[in-house]
Amino acid sequence: MTETPFRSARPGRRDLLRATAGLALAGAATKLAAPAVHAQEPVTLRYLGTAVNQSAEIAAKAKQDLGITIEYIPVTTDDVIRRAVTQPNTFDLLDMEYFSVKRVLPSGNLQGIEARRIKLFDKITPVFTRGVTAGGKTLGEQGTAPKKVQFITGRGSKDLAPSPTEWMTLIPTTYNADTLGIRPDLIGRPIDSWAELLNPQFKGKASILNIPSIGIMDAAMVMEATGAYKYPDKGNMTRAEIDRTMAMLTEAKRAGQFRAFWSEFNESVNLMASGETVIQSMWSPAVTKVRSQGVQCIYQPLKEGYRAWATGFGMPRTLDGRKLDAAYEFINWFLSGWAGAFLNRQGYYSAVLETAQANMEPYEWAYWMEGKPAAQDIKAPDGSLLEKAGTVRDGGSYEDRMGRVACWNAVMDENTYLIRKWNEFIAS
Amino acid sequence: MMDGMARVSDTTGKDARAMRRGRGTAYWQAAPFALLFLVFFIVPLVLTVAVSFWRFDDYVLSPDLNLDAYREVFEGCIDKLPSLCVTFATYLSTLRFALMAWAATLVLGFGIAYFLAFHVRSVPVQMALFLLCTVPFWTSNIIRMVAWVPLLGRNGLVNQGLQAVGLTTGPLDWLLYSQFSVVLAFVHLYTLFMMVPIFNSMARIDRSLIEAARDAGASGWQTLWNVVIPLCKPGIVIGSIFVLTIVMGDFVTVGIMGGQQIASIGKVIQVQMSYLQFPIAAANAVVLLGIVLLMIWALTRLVDIRREL
Repeated sequence: MTETPFRSARPGRRDLLRATAGLALAGAATKLAAPAVHAQEPVTLRYLGTAVNQSAEIAAKAKQDLGITIEYIPVTTDDVIRRAVTQPNTFDLLDMEYFSVKRVLPSGNLQGIEARRIKLFDKITPVFTRGVTAGGKTLGEQGTAPKKVQFITGRGSKDLAPSPTEWMTLIPTTYNADTLGIRPDLIGRPIDSWAELLNPQFKGKASILNIPSIGIMDAAMVMEATGAYKYPDKGNMTRAEIDRTMAMLTEAKRAGQFRAFWSEFNESVNLMASGETVIQSMWSPAVTKVRSQGVQCIYQPLKEGYRAWATGFGMPRTLDGRKLDAAYEFINWFLSGWAGAFLNRQGYYSAVLETAQANMEPYEWAYWMEGKPAAQDIKAPDGSLLEKAGTVRDGGSYEDRMGRVACWNAVMDENTYLIRKWNEFIAS
Repeated sequence: MMDGMARVSDTTGKDARAMRRGRGTAYWQAAPFALLFLVFFIVPLVLTVAVSFWRFDDYVLSPDLNLDAYREVFEGCIDKLPSLCVTFATYLSTLRFALMAWAATLVLGFGIAYFLAFHVRSVPVQMALFLLCTVPFWTSNIIRMVAWVPLLGRNGLVNQGLQAVGLTTGPLDWLLYSQFSVVLAFVHLYTLFMMVPIFNSMARIDRSLIEAARDAGASGWQTLWNVVIPLCKPGIVIGSIFVLTIVMGDFVTVGIMGGQQIASIGKVIQVQMSYLQFPIAAANAVVLLGIVLLMIWALTRLVDIRREL
């Protein structure tokens, strides 16, 4: 945690001197230009992302602290990518999933983020830079593990760098480990394996995501759990592996295993809360939401591990001038603690843990991050009750959850083939 | 048009000029909508057709004419026969829903329109009942869809009601996330589109025709079959076009009510779009457009709408 490879290996004394000179120059320039800058209109950043990460509270606090207006453009995960690829000049800041990098980067619409302009770069959790937790546990690397797509070779480069460079694709905002949500009251026995998702006992009461690239990963977790097949890389299957996995899903679908597939946060909450399903792939805040309706729901840790995801800020190629500076300013502010604490209180994990901890109450930190029983009632950022005192977070501490990540949401090389097979599966 | 020409030739030059000026005004009046149509309908449509023939790799659309997208759409459709390929199976399923929704909305829409046109005498009551029919559109699509769960779900009102009166012993699963629920949602949403044009046709039926039929000794059913229905044909055809075209392109209702487990051609296109497979999605859209246009053409062959209107 003390040193990242980037800092230890890369910049020598000369780089430092250069950077200092640059800073001095920049400082001088700012001083000279200062009166003009102050006379200018406040900056507005158009922030493209999914609604999940776009809280009004964060925008309000950024406005208050920085004077920067954040204008949210909420769209679905897929539309984030589509817009980034087709209309890069319609937004100033991009908040997208790490697996999308592989799809957006080739379009040339991302500009590298300069690591040295990120003040807390050193403090970003090594999950992103080296693929280990702060406690030293190594994360699974199958799929699009963030460290594989974290760095590129230059500002306008379309090539990923295998080891840390000065140019980053995304600055991490949130990440988490996903697993199955279950209704313990309706199941009535312990669940400890992904294989249970396709257990005929839950016929007509199971569900998965109708997002092909994620749905097939859950299916792959099931396949490995049943011992039928072990993938070299679940996140990048061969055609034969895709066929095999989809055949298993198709068979289950024909047998009536699935009640429905979901593609949107609230759908998953509804399915679970109404008892239409008793076991399904789910997101952490969705489980919390079901529980807040007074319905028992557990985000069940499973012995095969978690499927993880991560999102981060990217900058479109066209961003420059004051907006570029404002984007850096906003990102630096985002990592400085307030926003991190805000996200951690919803069950996500923030990129810089130390600053977030400084902005959380000790009991909150103990509950969300250390897996300890809540010393007092746990409240959502809006003040509503999430968990009563004494509750322990499902899956336990940060180390326990992130340390057991088996694979990451991914885009496969055989993506086109997968889409065709998925459409076939839905039509079967 | 012929009448106009004939008249122009008889009248003086002054009148002809006025006529031409009048026609110029008409063009100006039509221009805003024509422009809107051109920019937001014709241009995107032409682009869609064009893109379906383009090559797409590594995030670059290149205008390089080829049929790859269509080959991908119909992959295995010929060699797999008699078993159906995905595209055929999906179209068949979409067509089946369209026909089921069409039949149900036709019966209901006709019935309601008949009631409103012939049994409700006062205009205010007619208006009130009409407004009542628009109730399904008072909330957003998503909310409406979500609201079906507490009604038709496993622990929903209908299931609880059926069990309470002893008609069933356990919950009926097929009430939700099934073909039944998809058709139900279509009927709930689109009966209005069938009803309004039929009502419009009925309102214009000369009541003396019905009296004449009765005087000539026709029974109620005979009047309905031989007088009312033929005169309602334009309304029926227009309503059918509405319902069929909406259902053929729908993917939201099929997705939510079918629990995303039922394929629809719209959903296939949406998935392809979201994974940036634009030419394949465009090719699918062109095929869908072709089929829908064929259906409309067939319907207009049954009734000459222009003459009837």
